[in-house]
Amino acid sequence: MKVTIDGFPIEVEAGTTILNAARMIGGDIVPPAMCYYSKLEGTGGKCRTCLVQVTKGSEKDPRPMPKLVASCRTTVMDGMEVKNITSPEVIEARKGVVEMLLINHPLDCPVCDQAGECHLQDLGYEHGAAKTRYEFDRRTFEKIDIGDKIQLHMTRCILCYRCVFVADQITDHRIHGILNRGDHSEISTYIQKAVDNDFSGNVIDVCPVGALTDKTFRFKNRVWFTKPVEAHRECENPKCCGKVTLWYKGEDVIRVTARKDEYGEAEEFICNTCRFDKKKTSDWVIEGPRKVSHKSVISSNHYDTLHPLPVVKTNPVLIEANKEQFERETRL
Amino acid sequence: MARKLLLEHINVPGINTFDVYRSKGGYAAVEKALKTLTPDEVVEEVKKSGLRGRGGAGFPTGMKWSFLAKPEGVARYLVCNADESEPGTFKDRYLMTYLPHLLIEGMIVASFALGAKTSYIYVRGEMMPQIRILEKAIAEAKAKGFLGKNILGTGYDLELYVQPGGGAYICGEETALLESLEGKRGNPRIKPPFPAIAGLYGCPTVVNNVESIAAVVPIINEGGDEYAKLGIGRSTGTKLISAGGNLRKPGVYEIDLGLPVEEFLYSDEYCGGIANGKRLKAVVAGGSSVPILPANLFLKTINNEPRLMSYESLADGGFVSGTMMGSGGFIAYDEDQCIVRNTWNFARFYHHESCGQCSPCREGTGWMEKVLHRLEYGHGKMSDMDLLVDVSKKIEGNTICPLGDAAAWPVASAIRHFRDEFEWHVTNPSAAVSGNFGIAHYADPLPKLEEAAS
Repeated sequence: MKVTIDGFPIEVEAGTTILNAARMIGGDIVPPAMCYYSKLEGTGGKCRTCLVQVTKGSEKDPRPMPKLVASCRTTVMDGMEVKNITSPEVIEARKGVVEMLLINHPLDCPVCDQAGECHLQDLGYEHGAAKTRYEFDRRTFEKIDIGDKIQLHMTRCILCYRCVFVADQITDHRIHGILNRGDHSEISTYIQKAVDNDFSGNVIDVCPVGALTDKTFRFKNRVWFTKPVEAHRECENPKCCGKVTLWYKGEDVIRVTARKDEYGEAEEFICNTCRFDKKKTSDWVIEGPRKVSHKSVISSNHYDTLHPLPVVKTNPVLIEANKEQFERETRL
Repeated sequence: MARKLLLEHINVPGINTFDVYRSKGGYAAVEKALKTLTPDEVVEEVKKSGLRGRGGAGFPTGMKWSFLAKPEGVARYLVCNADESEPGTFKDRYLMTYLPHLLIEGMIVASFALGAKTSYIYVRGEMMPQIRILEKAIAEAKAKGFLGKNILGTGYDLELYVQPGGGAYICGEETALLESLEGKRGNPRIKPPFPAIAGLYGCPTVVNNVESIAAVVPIINEGGDEYAKLGIGRSTGTKLISAGGNLRKPGVYEIDLGLPVEEFLYSDEYCGGIANGKRLKAVVAGGSSVPILPANLFLKTINNEPRLMSYESLADGGFVSGTMMGSGGFIAYDEDQCIVRNTWNFARFYHHESCGQCSPCREGTGWMEKVLHRLEYGHGKMSDMDLLVDVSKKIEGNTICPLGDAAAWPVASAIRHFRDEFEWHVTNPSAAVSGNFGIAHYADPLPKLEEAAS
């Protein structure tokens, strides 16, 4: 099936969603996704950040769709034409959605462990306004303790339901879920029970914001001061792949997470033993440094990005220009 | 006096019992459909009648039925949506209280047409008396052989169940209703797939409003063509209107679609005018989620034609100067009502009832409510009106289910038509708390179009 997204044509299989087709093309035209998670069935459609405009329904029925559609849950049709960043309506709607997501968010990024790898932070930076128009008290919740491994900050939650799907699909039973309705709905456990399960730690990885964070990593460091390294071990748990990213601070492993792809999605899920208990280098077989996108703040301390490109090395004009730019930037 | 189709025998004592209902010609439609017609012929009759869904959206019922997927070996379901919770609407409750057998008769015929062997009536949890009435009526019908195995010896089996809901407004949305009926949290599903393909328990399902199903009975009795003669244009048949607010005679009225609004509002046969000799200020024509209109725009369209009670005429002018038929929850406001307070009240309702699944509605409804609360209590700012319009635009159309639109429209339309009153709340905060703005120019005759343009 042929689908055109922002003018880029691509051939995809029937049943592919617009979002996944856009991810195959890649680049700036990929709609952001806060609630969709390709490894979890049934996610998506809730956060509305991935709204796109379908200007031509299909070859057979060329009528445009009347409303903006959630690209993560709309499957492509042959000959479909989609507008994402080329449509002012989409940009406007996305700005609205980001504003809605932020009005009740505490914006406590300076003390949030997720800062630096938070999707809402990226989204706010890209689409949000510098000032809020919301002049009321932000929503707060009563604190609840969901165990010694996972920290829940309900005020930061954007209700993407990803952690609910993890508990349904990755762990063997779910004891947490959404309570209440509307803007006072909250993630909570079954009568204050601790979330305790071999794979429960994956809720930390899937959480797009800082609502579910690792208690063993809490306030230890900012992510952009740590060095991600890929490693693996023979995990005793048959369901666990044992492939992880270790986050080093100096000599110490201060955090273990699943390996995440460019959209922040875990490639494979890992068990709690790997995540919380194996924090010595000797536990792991090191594979090498983890590639982090140069756009991510985490890469800011990875000095290899400052190496001049090969072409610069041989071209005297570029060497001069590069030097000038380096001086200008270091002055700032 | 127009002919009544649904409420013909409403005043007969004991019409809620099987025997009296039967003696007044009840269950004739079941006999006719099951014994002389095939399911496809029933669907064809309903299509011919032009019956449009009475729950709010106005989608043709016959079309909806013909879209139902019919794969081999998969059960099909008919679900009656009796979760009536739109503020201002109370027609379904009235129908179920006084004419439970009419609904059951319609359910049997509709289930037969769709080939459903099990059907559900999903009733809002607060309507406990109606649930008991329906269960009693179902037991009576079953005892007389109109439900259960081999109905009237035709070999058609049907089980009918009443399911009380939890009382959430969102469960009136068809996919949320199905989730709730399955025993889950009542969150609307993401469409597609539509219920006609994968509904209740993943099987093809039709969800219809109580009144739509009840209207199938006269359609079968008299034929679709006869039914289509009533009404005007594409708005065929009769419609129950729940008239409320500052009316002299509020209540449920059955009208022929196409009745002039003025006649409905002022004639003694219907609402009998505004109570206490006051004047009409504004009308919400179809339940709280449709745009509110000032009196002058409601009685006459923007082209100075009289407005009629029909799907098309009420929507004349689009969102700029029209409204919608909705579910028929007709609310009239007299000159002493405060539109700001009313808008705040509606916004508070939608804030309370938002399911919290998708972000624009979850966050936006609360935001609008807070801003409107501030305006109503005299702490508003001039910029609040533009803010509200902007927030409502960001919600509208960007949500999973129509609740977002329903929350956005009343706010946007109130500001569009009653901006003076909102501004007065900002400029005279103390007066706004103690008194009200009054009728102002909202009932003045509309200016001629040319004058307005110049």
